[in-house]
Amino acid sequence: MKIHEYQAKEILRKYNVITPRGIACFSVDEAVQAAQQLGGDVWAVKAQIYAGGRGKGGGVKVAKSLEEVRQRATEILNMRLITHQTGAEGQIVHRLFIEQGVQIEKEFYIGMVVDRGHQRVCLMASSEGGMEIEKVAAETPEKIHKVLIDPITGLSQQQAEEVVQKIGIPQQSLSSAVTLLQGLYQAFDETDASLLEINPLVLTAEQQVMALDAKINFDENALFRHPEIVALRDLDEEDPIEIEASKHELSYIPLDGNIGCLVNGAGLAMATMDIIKLYGGNPANFLDVGGGATAEKVTEAFKLMLRNPKLQGILVNIFGGIMKCDVIAQGIVAAARDVQLTVPLVVRLEGTNVNLGKKILADSGLKIISANNMADAAQKAVNAAG
Amino acid sequence: MSILINRNSRVMTQGITGKTGQFHTRMCRDYANGKACFVAGVNPRKPGENFEGIPVYASVKEAKQETGANVSVIYVPPPFAAAAIDEAVEAELDLVICITEGIPVRDMIRTRYKMQGKKTRLIGPNCPGIITPDEIKIGIMPGYIHKKGRIGVVSRSGTLTYEAVAQLMEMGLGQSTCIGIGGDPVNGLKHLDVIQLFNDDDETDAVLMVGEIGGTDEEDCARWVKDHMRKPVVGFIAGVTAPPGKRMGHAGAIISGGKGTAQEKLEVMESCGIRITRNPAEMGKLLKSVL
Repeated sequence: MKIHEYQAKEILRKYNVITPRGIACFSVDEAVQAAQQLGGDVWAVKAQIYAGGRGKGGGVKVAKSLEEVRQRATEILNMRLITHQTGAEGQIVHRLFIEQGVQIEKEFYIGMVVDRGHQRVCLMASSEGGMEIEKVAAETPEKIHKVLIDPITGLSQQQAEEVVQKIGIPQQSLSSAVTLLQGLYQAFDETDASLLEINPLVLTAEQQVMALDAKINFDENALFRHPEIVALRDLDEEDPIEIEASKHELSYIPLDGNIGCLVNGAGLAMATMDIIKLYGGNPANFLDVGGGATAEKVTEAFKLMLRNPKLQGILVNIFGGIMKCDVIAQGIVAAARDVQLTVPLVVRLEGTNVNLGKKILADSGLKIISANNMADAAQKAVNAAG
Repeated sequence: MSILINRNSRVMTQGITGKTGQFHTRMCRDYANGKACFVAGVNPRKPGENFEGIPVYASVKEAKQETGANVSVIYVPPPFAAAAIDEAVEAELDLVICITEGIPVRDMIRTRYKMQGKKTRLIGPNCPGIITPDEIKIGIMPGYIHKKGRIGVVSRSGTLTYEAVAQLMEMGLGQSTCIGIGGDPVNGLKHLDVIQLFNDDDETDAVLMVGEIGGTDEEDCARWVKDHMRKPVVGFIAGVTAPPGKRMGHAGAIISGGKGTAQEKLEVMESCGIRITRNPAEMGKLLKSVL
């Protein structure tokens, strides 16, 4: 789960991480008031969307007067912000964050992720602040310093000091930088984060170390113990179809093709998308109905796929294990009737009670194209979708 | 021989009093030698009870002492599952299979940390389990699709593994052991660990390795195969069409920062001498071709 920059900073401040002072706003008037309240003579007007690359996309501007704050806020609020992470359709800006201006002397990068190979949280730090870390990793990997963190003792003083020195934060700011890094790790750990990025971390003209930007993603599996984080969820930022899918405990991801797929199991669902592509078609979505799919769930899954105006065919690929094919077949028939299917439907069933399942489909009177295996199913779906 | 489990394994179910635990313990008990293999259940609040004749103990330690069980299978709900693994590790079981999906990564990092230097091996979490066909099945896979034979199968998913097994069966190929290592980012045995076991197993002639996007486990395994594997290995990776940055059902199936793509994995596997297919309908055929 993702949250906005201003929310991330609010969390981090509880862990002694210094950030510029700022106020979140939902209107232009609020933005001007916020700037007034913050005082000073320079402000940053920042679009709040989940996607990264906001600055390059024109969603972060500096203002040097209240009038300019009004002007910038008017430009940014409700704009369709397109960044390398939003895709071509962009994301409408509904929230702004007004921050006091900061005089930057130097920029750094700090990131924390779970290192799957080492099964530890990995701290990554670089002197190349403000850049995309993937780019730094590809071009100058020697500029990224990595530290694996012991899950029991946390980020040690010594580890933090070493990192701070390696990325070139001056000696006089060492202890405050160490405090900040340790605070970041504590925040990561205690909130069950899956990713934390401070890009850039800055050294101000006053030699203060500060998180100028902040991004935190959280482990969905741990949200049950963080109601305070779930409360931060901004549904405007999420795909309505994915929200609907999650309500029915379906795992659905829209893609840009025209053949919908409904599959049980994540691995098989990916393999089904792959084989559609391999046979010359284009998958319209990833959809895993899970191990315990009921007729209702299958119906909801069909409804989700049919919302896609590009849809020209559906491929159902079920390997019944514990889930029996006859039960699934009943679900498919009920769903196909319920949603009044208008596109060709190819069904491949395998596994427990497969013959019974196939018979139910054949006897239904519905125009269902039956397939004998994955290859057959993919070929038929590609042909049927045209 | 088979790997990790056989007819002599003695298994306890942690979470035997829940609906899932009961259903699958029954299915496993009814498979091959299951009646002799499934000897205990654990629930700290219900010691002294039994599930269809299988005695329930208060702790893993007690269940081990009383029944000699050396393997545990876990169906405990996600908030408590990592602690259940810890308990089995503390009791020094040989093998723990955690079926539970949805365990927080933070819990698993701590559990894996505590497992360092311990004898217990972990399969999963978020996995279908392990089966040595016609001997013993521990997990949620349908037993009847398998048959005893000489092909090892290792995979990160559930139904895609069943698909692979069904394709092997169509080629007339039975399996020595099939393992689903799970779809989580932080887990126990990796492809590499399982391949090493298959390499040393007299009853395995070849291995089918099924992977998916996310992480670098398949690449790590492939590099080892190149230098050490004495048996043919074939592979398939799911997710060539998966978009970056999206979690494809499994918590661990995500391309992040441009890393963990199917393309990259397939290239490394191929360069390490693993025969690969990009067609998930041809896994069985490919395996047959290397025998």
